[in-house]
Amino acid sequence: MTNIPAATGLRPIVSIRDVHKSFGSFKAVDGVSLDVASGEVVCIIGASGSGKTTLLRCINQLVQIDRGAIWVDGELAGFRIDGDKLYHLPETEIARQRLATGMVFQRFNLFPHLTALENIIEGPIQVRGRSKREAVEEAHALLKRVGLAEKANSYPANLSGGQQQRVAIARALAMKPKVMLFDEPTSALDPELVGEVLAVMRELAASGMTMIVVTHELGFAREVADRVVFMDHGAIVETGPASQVLGAPTEARTSAFIAAVLA
Amino acid sequence: MSQSAASTAALPDISGHSIVAERYWGRWIAVAAILVVLAALARAFAVGQIEWAFVGQFLTARAILEGLANTIMMTIGAMSLGIILGVVTAIMRMSPNPVLKSVAMGYAWLFRGTPVILQLLLWFNLALIFPTIGIPGIWSARTVDVMTPAVAALLGLGINQGAYTSEVVRAGMLSVDVGQYEAAKSIGMTRLKALRRIVFPQAMRVIIPPLGNETIGMVKLTSLASIIQFSEILHNAQNIYYANSRVIELLIVAAIWYLAVVSILTPLQMLLERHYGRGAGVGR
Ligand SMILES: Nc1ncnc2c1ncn2[C@@H]1O[C@H](COP(=O)(O)OP(=O)(O)OP(=O)(O)O)[C@@H](O)[C@H]1O
Ligand SMILES: [Mg+2]
Repeated sequence: MTNIPAATGLRPIVSIRDVHKSFGSFKAVDGVSLDVASGEVVCIIGASGSGKTTLLRCINQLVQIDRGAIWVDGELAGFRIDGDKLYHLPETEIARQRLATGMVFQRFNLFPHLTALENIIEGPIQVRGRSKREAVEEAHALLKRVGLAEKANSYPANLSGGQQQRVAIARALAMKPKVMLFDEPTSALDPELVGEVLAVMRELAASGMTMIVVTHELGFAREVADRVVFMDHGAIVETGPASQVLGAPTEARTSAFIAAVLA
Repeated sequence: MSQSAASTAALPDISGHSIVAERYWGRWIAVAAILVVLAALARAFAVGQIEWAFVGQFLTARAILEGLANTIMMTIGAMSLGIILGVVTAIMRMSPNPVLKSVAMGYAWLFRGTPVILQLLLWFNLALIFPTIGIPGIWSARTVDVMTPAVAALLGLGINQGAYTSEVVRAGMLSVDVGQYEAAKSIGMTRLKALRRIVFPQAMRVIIPPLGNETIGMVKLTSLASIIQFSEILHNAQNIYYANSRVIELLIVAAIWYLAVVSILTPLQMLLERHYGRGAGVGR
């Protein structure tokens, strides 16, 4: 497969093998295979409706795949292998598997009844079973990391979009995921707030976090991504280093899309 | 330019004028009309055949106070049972499991489809079809001993309430954005934990106003249990007037107590609403 990163030589932490997902008769994801190495930053670009969000949601099992396989951190997502049979995992096991991935949503999805700090400690305390003292300590460190140390006690309604998204990133990081998934994290933001979120993501990438980022920010992809994946109609059309896919695409559909975004 | 200057010059200078307060003639007329009606009503009750001394005397009669306590306890008991059943039923109804879903829908259909007075009579007369109840080999009892008026009233009112409460709870759950379920799942929560920690605290804002309504309704609905001899306040008031014929006086006593209980519930509801409104903008 050309999708497997050749240069890095690191073991893949996410392996997607011929994944299919339909909604009714509509094929949202149509035979996608992709490997993401540990520490790699992969940006997924593509037109609206090309299946980018659906692919991310398959990885953390918010969507059940119809066919194929997804491996995350060495575990087959959603199934137990026994002999030559696959058994559906119970809900508790799926919830445990989801801990390997952190998800950042387009519309933030912070818990509005909890403060920024409470949003971040909710998972560590309720799911990971950490002590409140430890969780709070780590949450303060995370808030500092995303530049919101002084907003710990603010409710989401009193934060700007950019601040909410940074809290959402901190909330995902608090679960100590192996991979971070971002679904257009800046596309619901006013233009002047995009930069502060991208800055946090840039820092995260530099720290060695494995990231799969669906984005329309080609500048960010060019600068931060190890690889760029272009999707169209549920399938991967082209993948390669950012400079190649964005700078000298080999597929006509890719260059047409890039031209349209830059226009 | 010159034209606008000219028209400004033509306008009178009103900077020294004071504003005369508005006169709300309509409101004064309405107040006067209401006062007249109230005065007429007060006079009618004052000259009517009501012995107000009896009202005062029976307001704190032992049987009345016992009835009041039973009314309050039955309201708390039936609402608690109703809320527990309602929450469980709503969760079942919203679950992906078709069996649980059908059971929940069947329950709501059965108990919302029959009059509560009929359900009360059925529970109270359960002994006619099941002379003994229990778990075979472990425990059993005569139904008439178990199905006292209080137990029959609790089951009848509580189970009926659960069918209605389930719809109130379901509406609350539907009011929470699906993104909240997804965010909860993404941090590793199971469905039930997500419901308990994330969805219900937000759904409460939608659930509490109609539930407050239902609680107020329940205070008064307990009076239906008087037909199965449950000694709530109306039942006891009736027993007294069967003996002394002071019908209106005792009904007024009962009415005063119902009003008092309901008046206490309203500020309680406001406190709850304030608690669950945290994080939402003020005044919502
Ligand atoms: N739950 C669903 N039910 C039915 N159709 C769905 C569902 N989720 C996604 N789709 C459809 O699948 C297709 C791919 O959707 P997806 O959200 O993955 O696209 P996308 O590439 O993320 O687009 P965008 O850039 O607009 O976010 C769309 O046509 C969408 O309408
Ligand atoms: Mg999308």
